[in-house]
Amino acid sequence: MSLQTKHPVPGTPPAAAAVPRPKAHRFSALLHRSPNLRLAGLVTAPAGWLVLVYIAALAALLITAFWTVDTFTGKVSTEWTTENVVTVLTDPVYQRITLRTLWIAIAVTLIDLVLALPMAFFIAKVASPRWQKLLVVAVLMPLWASYLVKAYAWRNVLADGGLLEWLGAPIGLESPGYGETAVILTLAYIWLPFMILPIYAGFDRVPDSLLEASGDLGAKPLTTMRLVMFPLLVPSIIAGTIFTFSLSLGDYITAQIVGGTTQMLGTVVYANVGAANNLPFAAAVSLVPIAIITLYLFIVRRSGALNSL
Amino acid sequence: MRLSRSAKVILGVVTAAVFLFIYLPLLLVVVNSFNADRTFGWPPQGFTLEWWGRAFDSTGVREAVVSSLWVAAVSTVISLVLGTLLALALLRYKFFGRDVISLLVILPIALPGIVTGIALNNMFTTILGVSLSMWTVVIAHATFCMVTVFNNVIARLRRMHGGLEEASADLGAGVFTTFRLVTFPQLRSALLAGGLLAFALSFDEIIVTTFTIGAGDTTLPIWILQNLFRPNQAPVVNVVAVVLIVVSIVPIWLAQRLSQDSVGIGGTRVKAAEG
Repeated sequence: MSLQTKHPVPGTPPAAAAVPRPKAHRFSALLHRSPNLRLAGLVTAPAGWLVLVYIAALAALLITAFWTVDTFTGKVSTEWTTENVVTVLTDPVYQRITLRTLWIAIAVTLIDLVLALPMAFFIAKVASPRWQKLLVVAVLMPLWASYLVKAYAWRNVLADGGLLEWLGAPIGLESPGYGETAVILTLAYIWLPFMILPIYAGFDRVPDSLLEASGDLGAKPLTTMRLVMFPLLVPSIIAGTIFTFSLSLGDYITAQIVGGTTQMLGTVVYANVGAANNLPFAAAVSLVPIAIITLYLFIVRRSGALNSL
Repeated sequence: MRLSRSAKVILGVVTAAVFLFIYLPLLLVVVNSFNADRTFGWPPQGFTLEWWGRAFDSTGVREAVVSSLWVAAVSTVISLVLGTLLALALLRYKFFGRDVISLLVILPIALPGIVTGIALNNMFTTILGVSLSMWTVVIAHATFCMVTVFNNVIARLRRMHGGLEEASADLGAGVFTTFRLVTFPQLRSALLAGGLLAFALSFDEIIVTTFTIGAGDTTLPIWILQNLFRPNQAPVVNVVAVVLIVVSIVPIWLAQRLSQDSVGIGGTRVKAAEG
């Protein structure tokens, strides 16, 4: 959609330009006449920021992955080598970490999907309008509680002699302790609202009349869900999975807090930026989540999910 | 579609159970902020107000809160300006590279935080040779906060009637006057909702922050991370957490009230219930 101002405005006396005007007015008039100038004014700063800050940084990251660290000075040396990338891809240690991280991200996404679907459906389609409002706020609120505190709360829940053990004792359930399971549980907990919200919005957009029509034509609720609701919901579901999957894939702090010795791609990146002081290797490791997410975005791009983000 | 009564009850019970799952750990934080036992075993062994007193006396906490507020405020202002400009450009004009830019703007939230973090860390330290500081944190935060503003504004623009602006121009108002008197008032609540979200996102951010912050600087999340595992400080962290949770209720209600149409989280648009 473009503004109509390209067409001459009827009734504007051509002599108007001849009257001397303050500078600001002349500039405004210039903008008014030229949509391209207006567009340039709007787009330059934000696009420039994104390209100069973000895209440049990503490009530099890609390049740095092929550099190395001078073992004597500890400084990054701009000598080209594929060693880092080859190590990340072929060393069994890093292959295992990649697979484990991928598995954690997929498990978190599936758990959140299973929890979010019935809940989002209830809020959007069953609850009364008043409750609907309240429940949406109730979903939003934990998002504002600190990420760290939530991870730390789970550290306490899962601890020896913690809440989970106490709750589980009567039914013979034990706390999984700190490790991979704890990481999956905690991440699923932290990212759950990011799955609920887009799916709720998706359910909310499905008109009730469509569901009623399906029912009137004889479809049972499950059939209506499968044939009418689900296809309309796919973009929202994918939008939710992009969040939970991507956020889990890059996590390293939860792994530190409840993961015990569990290594994820994020922990390797962090260790190499900090303690090991090997930025090129960290860059090479970080290319793995970038590749995975890019592949995922590429696969789902046709579904329209990117507009539901 | 008519759901049976039992189906509705089952859905209600599942929803209640998930809410319990969401709120139980948060409740535990509240309880532990009064827990006399430093190891937080369950059930709690005694009640104390010591941690609350210590939290309010702690200069470390106060300084961290102030710098977090500063970072969040500056990042929010930058992202409000850039996000609004971008939304206006992408929705009102067709131009070469438009699709690329609309993909670019979501990239900072679609890619894991650690990627954004290390990419910026690498650019600042290795490529540009800039030393890390609060300003590098602001640049990083503004980059991903822009999306929330962008999403809120573009959602509002989609529903806005362009005719009003044309009328304003026809009546002789200049480009800036039209924006100030016609466009901006219609965008105001969307800007506030997007701005609040950007602020909250920045205030709580930890992953990108650890990669872009200077050695001597602390934001509140950094302070929490540093003190989480210190037996003497961990109870104080619980207090800070409780205060954050309680304080956060205010902006949520504000955002909910002010944006009749959209509440976004990390860019997610949620249509608020029409009640």
